[in-house]
Amino acid sequence: MRVDLAALVSAWPFLMKGLWFTLEITLVGVTGGIVFGSLLAVARLSQNRLLSGFATAYVNLMRSIPLILVIFWVFFLVPWAIGWLTNHGRPVAVGASLTIFVTFVLFEAAYYAEIVRAGFRSISPGQYSACEALGLSKLNAYIYILFPQAIRNVLPILLTQTIILFQDTSLVYVISATDLLGAATKIAQRDGRLVEMYLTVGVIYFIFCFAASQFVKQLQGRLSYGAR
Amino acid sequence: MIEINNVSKFYGSFQVLKSCNASIARGEVVVICGPSGSGKSTFIKTMNGLETIDSGEIIVGNFRLAPGVTNLATLRRTVGMVFQSFELFPHLTVLSNVTIAQTKVLGRPKAEAEEKARSLLARVGLSAHLMKHPAQLSGGQQQRVAIARALALDPEVMLFDEPTSALDPEMVNEVLDVMTGLARQGMTMVCVTHEMGFARGVANQVFFMDGGEIVETADAATFFDDPQSERAKAFLAKILKH
Amino acid sequence: MSLLFEATPDGAGRYLDWIIDGLAWTLGLALGAWTIALVVGTLVGVIRTLPRGVLPRIGRIYVEIFRNIPLLVQMFFWYFVLPELLPARIGMAIKQMDPPWGSFVPALICLGLFTAARIAEQVRAGLQALPGGQAQAAHALGFDAGGMYRLILLPQAFRIILPTLTNEFMTIFKNTSVALTIGLVELTATAREINENTFRTFDAFGVVTIIYLLIALIAWQVMHRIEQVARLPGAASGRG
Repeated sequence: MRVDLAALVSAWPFLMKGLWFTLEITLVGVTGGIVFGSLLAVARLSQNRLLSGFATAYVNLMRSIPLILVIFWVFFLVPWAIGWLTNHGRPVAVGASLTIFVTFVLFEAAYYAEIVRAGFRSISPGQYSACEALGLSKLNAYIYILFPQAIRNVLPILLTQTIILFQDTSLVYVISATDLLGAATKIAQRDGRLVEMYLTVGVIYFIFCFAASQFVKQLQGRLSYGAR
Repeated sequence: MIEINNVSKFYGSFQVLKSCNASIARGEVVVICGPSGSGKSTFIKTMNGLETIDSGEIIVGNFRLAPGVTNLATLRRTVGMVFQSFELFPHLTVLSNVTIAQTKVLGRPKAEAEEKARSLLARVGLSAHLMKHPAQLSGGQQQRVAIARALALDPEVMLFDEPTSALDPEMVNEVLDVMTGLARQGMTMVCVTHEMGFARGVANQVFFMDGGEIVETADAATFFDDPQSERAKAFLAKILKH
Repeated sequence: MSLLFEATPDGAGRYLDWIIDGLAWTLGLALGAWTIALVVGTLVGVIRTLPRGVLPRIGRIYVEIFRNIPLLVQMFFWYFVLPELLPARIGMAIKQMDPPWGSFVPALICLGLFTAARIAEQVRAGLQALPGGQAQAAHALGFDAGGMYRLILLPQAFRIILPTLTNEFMTIFKNTSVALTIGLVELTATAREINENTFRTFDAFGVVTIIYLLIALIAWQVMHRIEQVARLPGAASGRG
């Protein structure tokens, strides 16, 4: 069978639209995920049993169930939740984009939380003592001394998780969203050009992810503190 | 300056400090020595609250430390500490290491903090390294920065927990020189150390600890020439063999 | 949770039966793919540590391809694209496979090879973490390459990578859900179907969520047990 390039060319703008949405989801997922994940990581280290218990339970739950299931949960339940919270009594229609953004922040935060937690554990315990001895408040110690070191120590892993996030976005297919894969699927079904579309999408994903993982490898080489 | 009254501490059922009593006058230099596991490190860390105590009290200047006392902010401004593993902040420059506690804890304006940092770093001989990161310095240099960092808060007491134990031999002296200079300027110092030369030359008192107790206290000369207790004698015999 | 015991619309049983079927497909897919992944992954991991030749490069290409394309896209490739690219007769034969198997087999191959790439990297890391002297000692004793890997290097490497392998094992159960996009009625698909039939969203997805949690728990316990059994007396196990 022949590969039809003309079909690919005419589909390109729509594919790019899908790619744009993919990148949007990734961006929101990374920022929201790292922020929420860091809060979860700090909560797990807290002395407050309720707080650390909740954070631990949340992280373990999110990491044990498939992303597709979480997508379904949020997709079906958020309209009900908002309806209930605002006393509408009936589900409130929520845009698919918002649902997707919320899902990815909630889901990826659990994974970023574990990475940030590992970052904290990689800091020499003496650093905590030094902060204490200098009289730094806990808040200042975390903001200026501990958190920067934790992130720096696990930056390559954080970036790798982001690459995984980028790949995970393809799963929004299950709610017929128009990300890169969704766009390709819609064209494939409309024009019957399955092979070209899926191969193209495969290549696009490959280029992005391969380039990103090469970048991470380079970064790993340069991240040591320049020790003598 | 520092009064230690009947201080005891337990780790579970193991008693790591047993009814320790001591008195340190302003301007005195005290060396704490003893075999490993004797509790010296734990003991010195009780003086700035890094280790809690289970009974007894510690009085540092006007501050009273007892079991259950939690607000240690003022204590930490009065007492500075230098660690065996230096514990500089690796992601900050040397200059920032010395200014950060000044600005965040004492609330000093940035310009004033930097001014003080520069003069302290000059005092310890590191003016040429202000913008470097700790990993670019040798162990001896890092420890000197750590001393400057602690001095930047204008403490009245300086605690040293085995400051030279992690250093290669050729760098030990540069740190001891700084500590000696500090002593000559009248700083109250408590040092856990194995450096007997320093102890003999600079210390006013020596506390010998073994098994969680302060077995013997004496002035430096007496301790080294004529130790009273059997355990002290055995300890000195082992160390001074070198 | 009473939902489970209500009769299904087709009168053929109860929703509980649907869940059991879904669970069976999930477990079958996961364990089958895990087996493929271990075999292929170990092989690829080993060849990546070879010193010279074309094999390490083939290993590298394999890993890069399977790690840089999303699992879902790979599934679509095996299900939609491959039959089109193969010679007409084979393609037709594949497309005519009976429903559950027509989805199950591509999903099995896909998930197996996908996970194999990840295991390959872990095996490679484990082998490279071993002191170089181990291989030298094995050579000195006259082991050939096969024996050296099988009897000396891999047993040690696997002990080192057990924690990451545990992670991978737990992940493969979650990844089975991706097969619902090519028609396999595994556990998550079952939840969706029950929801579509009863609109008892919370119950349907809730039961399935709990089942996934139990799977994760059991999987973790199994690997933990293996880790304990495999531990060498006196070995540095990260304590102290």
